[in-house]
Amino acid sequence: MSAALSVAVRDGVAIVTLDLPGQSVNTLGRTVREEFARLFDRLERDSTVRAAVLASAKPDVFIAGADIEELSGIRLPSEAEQLSRGGQELLAQLEALRVPVVAAIHGACLGGGLEAVLACHHRVASDHPRTVFALPEVQLGLIPGAGGTQRLPRIIGLRNALDMILTGRTVRGRRALGMGLVDELVHPAILLEVAERRARELGAGTRPRSRGRRRKDAASLALDENPLGRMVVLRQARERTEARTRGQYPAPLAALDAITTGYSEGEERGYASEAHHFGDLVVSEVSRELVFLFFATQALKKDPGVAEPAPDPLPVNKLAVIGAGFMGSGIAAVAAQQDTLVRLKDTDLLRVGRGLKAARDVFEERLRKRRITRGRFDDLVTMVGGTTEYSGFGNVDLAIEAVFEDVALKHTVLRETEAVLPSDAIYASNTSTIPIATIAEVSRRPEQVLGMHFFSPVPKMPLLEVIATARTSPTAVTTAVAYGKRLGKTVIVVNDGPGFYTTRTLAAYMNEAGHLLDEGASIEALDAALVEFGFPVGPVTLLDEVGIDVAGKVAVVLGDAFGARMAPSRSLARVVAAGRTGRKGRLGFYKYDAKGKKGNVDPSIYDLLPSGAQRTELPAEDMRRRLVLAMVNEAVHCLETGILRSARDGDVGAVFGIGFPPFRGGPFRWVDSVGAAQVVERMDELNGRFPPRFQPAPMLVEMARAGRRFYPERGRAP
Amino acid sequence: MPTPGNGRRVAIVAGVRTPFARAGTQLRSFSAIELGKLAVAELIQRTNLDTKEVQALVFGTVVPDVQAPNIAREVSLLPLLPKGVQAVTVSRACASANQAITDVADQILLGHLDVAIAGGAESLSNVPVLHSRGFSDALLAASRARSFGQRAKALSRIRPRDFVPITPAIAEPSTGESMGESAEKMAKINAIGREEQDQLALRSHRLAAAGTADGRLTAEIVPVFVPPAYEEVATSDNGIRDNTSLEQLAALKPVFDRKYGTVTAGNASPLTDGGAAVLLMSEARAKALGYEPLGYIRSYAYAALDPGEQLLMAPVLAAPVALQRAGLTLPDMDLVEMHEAFAAQVLSNLKGLESREWAERAGFSKPVGEVDRARLNVMGGSIAIGHPFGATGARITTTLLNELRRRDQQFGLMTVCAAGGMGFAMVVERT
Repeated sequence: MSAALSVAVRDGVAIVTLDLPGQSVNTLGRTVREEFARLFDRLERDSTVRAAVLASAKPDVFIAGADIEELSGIRLPSEAEQLSRGGQELLAQLEALRVPVVAAIHGACLGGGLEAVLACHHRVASDHPRTVFALPEVQLGLIPGAGGTQRLPRIIGLRNALDMILTGRTVRGRRALGMGLVDELVHPAILLEVAERRARELGAGTRPRSRGRRRKDAASLALDENPLGRMVVLRQARERTEARTRGQYPAPLAALDAITTGYSEGEERGYASEAHHFGDLVVSEVSRELVFLFFATQALKKDPGVAEPAPDPLPVNKLAVIGAGFMGSGIAAVAAQQDTLVRLKDTDLLRVGRGLKAARDVFEERLRKRRITRGRFDDLVTMVGGTTEYSGFGNVDLAIEAVFEDVALKHTVLRETEAVLPSDAIYASNTSTIPIATIAEVSRRPEQVLGMHFFSPVPKMPLLEVIATARTSPTAVTTAVAYGKRLGKTVIVVNDGPGFYTTRTLAAYMNEAGHLLDEGASIEALDAALVEFGFPVGPVTLLDEVGIDVAGKVAVVLGDAFGARMAPSRSLARVVAAGRTGRKGRLGFYKYDAKGKKGNVDPSIYDLLPSGAQRTELPAEDMRRRLVLAMVNEAVHCLETGILRSARDGDVGAVFGIGFPPFRGGPFRWVDSVGAAQVVERMDELNGRFPPRFQPAPMLVEMARAGRRFYPERGRAP
Repeated sequence: MPTPGNGRRVAIVAGVRTPFARAGTQLRSFSAIELGKLAVAELIQRTNLDTKEVQALVFGTVVPDVQAPNIAREVSLLPLLPKGVQAVTVSRACASANQAITDVADQILLGHLDVAIAGGAESLSNVPVLHSRGFSDALLAASRARSFGQRAKALSRIRPRDFVPITPAIAEPSTGESMGESAEKMAKINAIGREEQDQLALRSHRLAAAGTADGRLTAEIVPVFVPPAYEEVATSDNGIRDNTSLEQLAALKPVFDRKYGTVTAGNASPLTDGGAAVLLMSEARAKALGYEPLGYIRSYAYAALDPGEQLLMAPVLAAPVALQRAGLTLPDMDLVEMHEAFAAQVLSNLKGLESREWAERAGFSKPVGEVDRARLNVMGGSIAIGHPFGATGARITTTLLNELRRRDQQFGLMTVCAAGGMGFAMVVERT
C-alpha cells in the first residue's frame, strides 16, 4: 500500500506532503495517524532535520477532517474515547517535537485538520477563497476530539473559539489572520516558499514559535484573558446554546463543558473531558442520525437521478424563469450566482421590476455580508434580464415556470413558452402540488417536461425536489438534477403524483393540525407540542408562513386525490374563506406588524373556528403523535407506491424540505428507531378514534409483522 | 460600390438602447459604463447571441470617465461576455458611436472580425467636476510635503476662489465658441428664422410621440428599472413632449443671443443620459448563425471643416461622398435620418445639401438635392428623443434600419454633425 505522507529533506528542512492515495480529499484515518506517528518519531531522532513544513498535495483541500466512516463503525463509548485520546496524544507529540513544524495551508482545513494545524508552531495560509477553516464537528453531533476544545481558545481567544466550536462556522483567510488562527496570509504561488523560509528561521532560533496573535484590546483583555471575564462569557454561551439546542442537540453543551473544564480545572482535565464527551457523542443517537444525513447527502451528490447508465446532463447556460414572484426571482438569483444568464419573464413591467429588485436584494445581502465584492454584485445584477414578451428565449437551455398554481394558467404558459424555446430545451414547472403529467398534457414535447420544486426562500432552502413523469426522458432528469446541484441544492428525484413527496407528507401533517383545531386545540399549545418534537416552527405558524390560501388549495387538491385519509379540516376552509392569508397578508392565525414580524395568536381567529373561542386542553403527547404519525404514514405510502425511489430520499427530503427534525434522521429513520410494530400499534389506536385517517400503510403493517426495518442496521451508511 | 473586392459585407443584426432621459432625471444614478452595459446585456439577451462568437467591442463616449478612460473595456467585462473580447473606446464627439460602428465595419471588411458589438454611452448627469488649478497645485504640493509644517504651508496657499470647481463646457477648445453660439451663427448666416426652427422642433416632438405611442420607437428600448426602489420603470424617452405647441415654443427666450437670437432650449437637443449598442457581423457569419440582419452598411464618409466657420455644416460635405461611394443618389434614399443637434443646424444642413456652393466645396458639380420631408426623421430626432453624445449614432442606426424594415424599403441615409466641425454620413441597405 502506498503511503499518504511523503518527506523530502531540503537543506535541513523536511517538507512533509500529505496526499491520501486514491482519494480526492485528505482525511485523518487510522493509517494516516499511524504514518504521522512514525514520521514524528523520525523527526525527533533525525538530527539532520532542523525544521519541517506540513503541506497537502490535494488541489483545494488541506485536510478535510476525521474519517467519518471510521467513526460510524464504533459501537462503544470507551472505544471512541480511546480514539480521541490517541488523537490528543499524537498532536501533543507534534506540539512537543524537537523540530518546529510550519503548516502551509491551502484549501479547506477542517475538523481534525484544523486541530493538527493548531499543534504546529507557525501557520501560513494561502489567501485563496478556497482556503477555509472550520470545526464542523457539532454539525455531526460531535465535538472536536483531538484537543481542539483546549488549543483553539488559547490561540484565538475564548469568544472567537466558542463561535467556531459551538456553531461549526467557517472562517476565511482575512478573518482567520485577524483572529490569529493563522500567522500569515500569502499568495498560493509563494505559500511553500514562505513556509520553508519560516521553518528555517524557527529551526535556527531566529524566530519564536507562534503563540497565536490574540488581540490586546480592552474587550479581549476583559473577556478572553482573565478568569472572571471568561466565566461571564461561558455562562452567556451556555444560556444561548441551551436556548438554541432546546435539549435536542447535546454536542455544543458538551464542547462548552470541555472548554470550561480546561479553564477551571486545568488543561489536563480539559483534555480528559473532551475525550470523555467525544466518546459518548460518537455513539449517541443524535450523532448517528446526523452522520446518516451527512452520508445520505454525500451519496445524493453523486446520484445522477436516474438508473445507471445515466445519460450525460445537458449544459445550462441560459435559464428562463416565467413568473417574477418571490419564487421566480429567488430562482433567478441563485442561478445568476452560478453564472447562468437569466431571462425573467412576467406579464407586466411592474412585476418584472419587482422580481429584478427581489433578485437584487439577494445579491445585496451577500454584499452586505461581504461574501461578494462590489464588482461581483454589479456583474450579478447584469446577469438577470427582464422581459414581458418572450424575447431572448431562443437560446434558452432550461425554462422554469413559477407562476400561480392554476392549471389553466400553467397550460397557457407552457404552450407560449414551448413555441419560442429551442427544440431541445427542457421545461420545468415549479409547482408544489399539481401533477406534472397534468401540466404536460398540452406539451408537444412531454419527454422534456418535468417538475423542479424549489422551496421558499429559494436562496436559503437546501432541497430541490425533481419530479419525473412516466414520459420524462432520462436526459431531462439528469439535466435538472445536475443543474439543481450546481445551484447548491441537495436534489431528490421523485415520481409524479398529487403533491409529489414533500407537499403530500407535509399536507398530511398540516391537515391533522387542522383537525386538532376543529376539536378545539389551542394554537399555542399545538405549535409548542411540535416544536418540542424538534420541528423548527409549529404547524400553525407554518400555515401562516406558507400562506393560508396556498395551504387551502393544496388541502383541497390532496383531499380529492387521497379521499378520507386527507379529508380537509373545517378550520382551514373557514380561515381561507375569511380571506386571511397569513404572514404575507399580515393577518393569519397569528398577528403580524406592518413589517411582517410575528406577534401573538390573534384571539379573533377562534371566532372563525368550528369550536369557537372555547379551547380544550389536549395532551401535548397526543397532538404530537397525531401529527407525526400522519406525516410518517404518508411518507411510507409514498415509498410503497413508488413516488419515492428510496427511504433515504424520503428522509433527506423531509429533513431539508419540510423541517423534520434532523436529529431524528427523517421519517423512515424515526420508524426504525421507534420500531414499525410500535408505530403500527399507535396508529391502530388512533385509527380507532379517527377512522380512517390513521389506517397504517400496508407496507408499515407488513414491516411490523415481519419485524423488518427500512435501513439494515444502525449507523451504517445507506 | 466600395467593396474591398473580397465580397464581404457588414450586416447590422440588431440594435438596442436604453431609454434616453434628460440629464438629472431617471437615469442619473447610472454611469456611462452602466448605461452601456444595460444596452449591451439586453442586446445579447434579445438576439439569443452565443457570446463565444463575439470578438470585439468598440464603444464611443465624449465626456471621459476619469476613473475608467477605456469605457469600452469596462462594458466588455460584462459577465455575459467572455473576458477575451478585446475592446477600445473611440471619440468623435457626437459621431462617436458612428465611429465605433465604422471601425468595426472596417475590421469586418478586412476579415479581421466576424462578430462584434459597437455602440456608445453618455451620462451627462455624471460629468466630472474638476478642481481649480490653484486647488490642484496646493494638493499636489501638500502630498509631496515631508513634514506637517510643509503640508500646512502648502494648503494655506488655497484661496477662496480656488474652491470654485470647473465644469466642462460644451464649447470648442479651438475657438471658445459654445455649441449653441455656433448654431446661432449658422441660423443667421443661412437665414433660418425662429418660427421655422420651432416648427421643426414641434415636428420632432409630434413624430417622436407618435412613434412612442405606436411602439415603433420603444421597440428598440430596453426597459430600465430605476433604482433603488425599482418601482419606476423607464420604458420610453422622457424628453418627448406630445403636448407641446408652437405657442409654447415661441414663448421661450433665446439663450445664446438674447437680443437677435433664435436658438432656444425648445429648438435644441437637451442634455441627455443614455446608452445604445448594435450587433455587427460579416454577412456570411450572420447567415451561418441563422440571423436575419436588419440590413447592411453600403457606404460611409467622414468630413470636416474649420470649426470657426459653420461648426455643424460638415454633414453636407460627407453626404455626397457617402452617396457617391454607395453608387446611389438622394432620390434612391427611402428614408433619411439626420441628427438634430439644433433645429438651426438641421435646416442649415438641408439648405446646404441643396446648394451648388456647398456641393462644389465637397468637390461635386451638382448639389445632393432637396430632402423629401416626408422621408426625413419620420419618428422625430434628437431634439425630442434626446442626445446622449456618445450613444446617438448607434440610436440613429437602429432607428433607421428598424423603420426601413417595417416599411419594407431598401435604402437609408443618415447624417450626424459633430463638434470640431466634423460630419458623418452613411448609406445602409436592407438586402
